[in-house]
Amino acid sequence: MAVVEGASPDTPDFAAGSRRHAAAVVSTWVTTVDHKQIGILYTVTTLVFLIIGGLEAMAMRLQLWSPDANLIGPDAFNQLFTMHGTTMVFFVVMPMLIGFANYLVPLMIGARDMAFPRLNAFSYWLFLFGGLLTYFSFLAGGAPNVGWFAYAPLTEYAFSRDHSTDYWILGMLVSGVGTLAGAINLVTTILTMRCPGMKLGKVPLFVWMMLFDAILLVIALPPLTAALAMLLLDRGLGAHFFDTSAGGSALLWQHLFWFFGHPEVYVMALPAFGIISEVVPVFSRKVIFGYESVAAATVAIGFLSMGVWAHHMFTVGMSNALDAIFSGASLLIAVPTGIKLFNWIATIYGGRVRFATPMLFAVGFLAMFLMGGLTGIMLAAVPVDWQVSDTYFVVGHFHYVLFGGSLFAMMAAIYYWFPKATGRMLDERLGRWHFVLMLIGFNLTFFPMHIAGMLGMPRRIYTYSADRGWTYWNQMATVGAMVLGVAFAIFFWNIYVSLRRGKIAGDDPWDAWTLEWATTSPPAPYNFEQIPIVRSRRPLWDLKHPEDPDWDHE
Amino acid sequence: MSHASLSSSHGSTAAARRAGPAVDLRPTDRVRVGMIAFLISEAAFFSTLVVAYITYMHQTTTGPTPEEVLKLPLAIGGTICLLASSLTVHVAAGALRGARMGTFYFTLFVTIVLGALFLLLTAIEWRELIFEHHLTISRNLFGTTYFTLVGFHGAHVTVGVILLAVMSGLARFGKISSANHDPFEVVSWYWHFVDTVWIVVFTVVYVVGR
Repeated sequence: MAVVEGASPDTPDFAAGSRRHAAAVVSTWVTTVDHKQIGILYTVTTLVFLIIGGLEAMAMRLQLWSPDANLIGPDAFNQLFTMHGTTMVFFVVMPMLIGFANYLVPLMIGARDMAFPRLNAFSYWLFLFGGLLTYFSFLAGGAPNVGWFAYAPLTEYAFSRDHSTDYWILGMLVSGVGTLAGAINLVTTILTMRCPGMKLGKVPLFVWMMLFDAILLVIALPPLTAALAMLLLDRGLGAHFFDTSAGGSALLWQHLFWFFGHPEVYVMALPAFGIISEVVPVFSRKVIFGYESVAAATVAIGFLSMGVWAHHMFTVGMSNALDAIFSGASLLIAVPTGIKLFNWIATIYGGRVRFATPMLFAVGFLAMFLMGGLTGIMLAAVPVDWQVSDTYFVVGHFHYVLFGGSLFAMMAAIYYWFPKATGRMLDERLGRWHFVLMLIGFNLTFFPMHIAGMLGMPRRIYTYSADRGWTYWNQMATVGAMVLGVAFAIFFWNIYVSLRRGKIAGDDPWDAWTLEWATTSPPAPYNFEQIPIVRSRRPLWDLKHPEDPDWDHE
Repeated sequence: MSHASLSSSHGSTAAARRAGPAVDLRPTDRVRVGMIAFLISEAAFFSTLVVAYITYMHQTTTGPTPEEVLKLPLAIGGTICLLASSLTVHVAAGALRGARMGTFYFTLFVTIVLGALFLLLTAIEWRELIFEHHLTISRNLFGTTYFTLVGFHGAHVTVGVILLAVMSGLARFGKISSANHDPFEVVSWYWHFVDTVWIVVFTVVYVVGR
């Protein structure tokens, strides 16, 4: 972590020296091309955006506490849900996972850096400035208020006349180019930088899943870039892409956005699956059950995820045939995802399970993501979707997937790899409090949303009348959001105290099996003194157990 | 624990039985893989623009229409330029590998000239469209899709011409040579890609859509 020491007031000489020191630290972090430093920059930046996006959500929950409330007006509420969604998807979950990959992939494959270190730094800075550009809109007259998927024609100049939508487009474009560069870098790194002996069939599953994650980004992100360019041309130069009066079509935006948007869901889920596939075996003291089937399921998910986008559009009136095709394809994804869940459960089964904090979050992931997956199967059925589309049921569903899924996995990852990145353990007692409160707060916030949604509460409304029967469920959700606030406060406090007084971790605190634990904590800039040679999927196991190496069993 | 020991079991007598499967020490090439990944993303980008063009084909509510204003001769001239330039850049890449620098500089120069000629023909066509037929990006749906698709392609040709010019400068200073020809190799792939996109654009805009 970049700890910049403030100038001491005592002696002018010392202050000057300290300022020079601070300047040197800042310049190191600004000019770095080291994958580990860039990974930490990504993680710290996304944690800041996580606080911002979380506060936006809590503000919305306060507004929805009571019927006919007027704490936050409708205009501000529109800005809040747009910025909350945009922030969490584009500036928290996706870049945090890319940050983890930045830090971990070169270490896990026994490389000294990413394939293109300067491109890597470029990716980070584009992501950061894309985020700042989007948030600058607050100072420039108002934040975007068109929802995170920014449906046309609402985004056309005729209906959105201030510049907030332009900031949204530009922020997405800039950070999108950064993400694309990062994805190209990851694909290249994983395909060409593996240490001797590490065939593609021997990489840690996190690396394998990041490979397909990056491939998904390479294919799915450019269509969004093209759609954003079209929208920018419509707004800035008077083009007619989404202008129905000139023959254009608002539907095209929906198709293009979701052609990106649905693979994006898996872009946020696959690395989480990868994290779980690393954490669950280490804390169950077993090899992953069915490495090959987990790997194959990843490929299947990646492939299928490109053919399901229109399940976001069942209510716009496509043909019955299209509805049926997209419904079927969406249901099909449940198969490879189910395979993975069974693999993880089979890995835990019969293991000597250690419930350290990373494992708690991993098990939390399994349960919460399963529920998100089950409501996903419900929503893939066209009649159910027609009934609950655009209600809080959908909001509940995707928070179980992205919060209960991705974010729980990301918390597992932070507790698991924090010792590697900083040399100190996160506090276990605070970690357990964090987990318990997050699990309670999460379910309290998002489970009632399913019921409110089935009772007909539309998403994105800024208030509701008392006679609709939604008050009770909304108040539960608001209490849950406050509990989540406390949980995250404990998390950040844990990071703060553990960085100073945390237990010294050592090279390999969890007795793990992948290469990142073979080097020091934190690793030297060059990662490995000698490039390792690998002969099985668990190179550290081989090293610790020369009498029974893994390659005899693979 | 010592990470050195991870790599030391090679050839040790005690570990002979335990040495495990042999490992493949071949180096792989990150520049090429990186360029392929980038070109796949570019293909996805242009596919989107082409899909938009096809979706809106014949949907424009007001004129001028493609039948009225698009003329084949200029477009065919541009197509010939680009197809020929793919050939010359291929010869240039082979010449650089074989250290035939005279051929390299000559074919590279011809490639740049052909690329520039294509851009000139596009400029002539656009001048006519804009000033004689008053077709702009905001005039109608056809203008919107036409200038977007052809414009993004033209921008890519422009970048390609600049890249090729930079390559010729790098060769002068010895930064690329027969010993280090990968940078030129991948730039030539980019050029082939831009030409391929043009074949699709030409087919969709000038053949099917007219």
